[in-house]
Amino acid sequence: MAEKKATREAYGEALAKLGELNDKVVVLDADLSGATKTSTFKKAFPKRHFNVGIAECNLLGISAGLSTMGYIPFCSTFAIFGTGRAYEVVRNSVAYPHFNVKLACTHAGITVGEDGGSHQSVEDIALMRVIPGMTVVVPADAKETEKAVMALAEMDGPAYLRLGRSGVPVLDDAPFEIGRANVLREGNDIALFACGCMVSAALEAAEALAAEGKNAAVINVHTIKPLDCETIKKYAAKCKNVVTLEEHSVIGGLGDAVGAVVLSMDDAVRFTKIGIDDLFGQSGKADALMEEYGLSNARVLEKIRKTL
Amino acid sequence: MDTALLKEKCRLVRRDIIEMTAAAASGHPGGSLSSVELFVAVFNTAMRVDPKNPDDPKRDRFVLSKGHCAPAYYATLADMGFFSREEYKNFRQLHGILQGHPDAKKVPGIDASTGSLGQGLSIGVGMALGAKQQSGDIKVFVLCGDGELQEGMIWEAAMAAAHYQLDNLTVIIDNNGLQIDGKNTEVMSLGDIAGKFNACGFDVIELEDGNDIEQVLAALEHQTAPNVPKCIVAHTVKGKDVSFMENQAGWHGKAPNADERAKALAELEA
Repeated sequence: MAEKKATREAYGEALAKLGELNDKVVVLDADLSGATKTSTFKKAFPKRHFNVGIAECNLLGISAGLSTMGYIPFCSTFAIFGTGRAYEVVRNSVAYPHFNVKLACTHAGITVGEDGGSHQSVEDIALMRVIPGMTVVVPADAKETEKAVMALAEMDGPAYLRLGRSGVPVLDDAPFEIGRANVLREGNDIALFACGCMVSAALEAAEALAAEGKNAAVINVHTIKPLDCETIKKYAAKCKNVVTLEEHSVIGGLGDAVGAVVLSMDDAVRFTKIGIDDLFGQSGKADALMEEYGLSNARVLEKIRKTL
Repeated sequence: MDTALLKEKCRLVRRDIIEMTAAAASGHPGGSLSSVELFVAVFNTAMRVDPKNPDDPKRDRFVLSKGHCAPAYYATLADMGFFSREEYKNFRQLHGILQGHPDAKKVPGIDASTGSLGQGLSIGVGMALGAKQQSGDIKVFVLCGDGELQEGMIWEAAMAAAHYQLDNLTVIIDNNGLQIDGKNTEVMSLGDIAGKFNACGFDVIELEDGNDIEQVLAALEHQTAPNVPKCIVAHTVKGKDVSFMENQAGWHGKAPNADERAKALAELEA
């Protein structure tokens, strides 16, 4: 069993490192600095950390203002609040003027667990990727989270970073470039495009399929926007069978982004989306929820097999 | 700058508002006209800005939270030389820089994109916080409408302004008493605006007549106690100085036609 670590933990550690490297980085929270793990940064750089209280719209508005003064705000809260409640502030005060604000939200998806459906954002990728000029990154593990944080601080413009609450397997080290999907495993029979915690599920499935004589390519699409269309087309054309995997609604997320690319091709490609059906989440242990909503390794493998 | 010159500028800004909205056959003359003295006084006397160097990092900042009053903003900036009045003809037109609501990406001198009501004060708080962080002397001015105080986000921002002790921040409320659907008191009563900002921790100055340039100048010059943000509640007249527009909610978002334009411009003759 691989070591597990939550991407929010890695986010907190990465911010503290980034704080040393770049004195323009400021961090903002809305009364969740313990849960979003920005408290490490707060301890190291108290004058560059602002807790705006339980006011997510204000969190984004203040970040917009700070960005115009030459700062690089990383603002954090839970995904449901940062992309949901504050949606129109992200859209109009941050993205419309293309301000350099990084919205890094933790507790995305159903792996939030016990807090239940009110706190489980299954629609945040959809909400963020539809905004013009928004960069959307969903790291697969702790190592990729650190690289994503560093890369987002280097790029100019608004970005959404999607992070999780629960531990996810730490994968082999891989290069990270915004907008460039990572091919983690080569294969000809089926192409598995995954993001976030579903990347490890895709790798597990590919391993199981190999034992059955099927070669699955696994592509980590950590950047949902801008999307690496070239790599998607290449593997869709090669495999003629595409499956997308995400811990997000099957509406509007990675699946629909990849699906649109596949539809634009001349090749006949079988296409299947694995994600959360058009449903809200509920309380439960993260693992039990993944099983219930069809995203456990076993359920994923079963769904992939049906396409072969 | 002497008050006679400022008053003349106000007259010219009012003419420009009428010209701009009439030419576009669209726009918001009512609230633009009520806020003229506030714009002219702030930009010409209180702010350190240079039209030749609009991106100077040391400049003072301005946020028009009531973004629909862009015509007054544009006319003030054009008068100062941030861009040519030639741009007026493209106000609200395809490919024009003067969008229906202010676009920071397109217009020299505009620091924030606004128009969705209730968001500007938070942006201003972020700017003032950033300015304080740099320990410089940058000042930030935010102009809000009274109607938009119905947005809850304004009060999130007001709380933060006091919490962060932003004595470099001035919030000005253009309190003309009207919003699209009618009187504030009929749509959603705002209660004691000055009292509310005071309770949030602001030093509040209430102007009996916010269209009196001398009252506006005095309020801008007023020094608050250290670490206390300032709020100016300016009681104004919507549609000010155009007789048939004054105190008429109907002129919130309606442009004058050719006859109305001519009549308004005649009233605004020196």
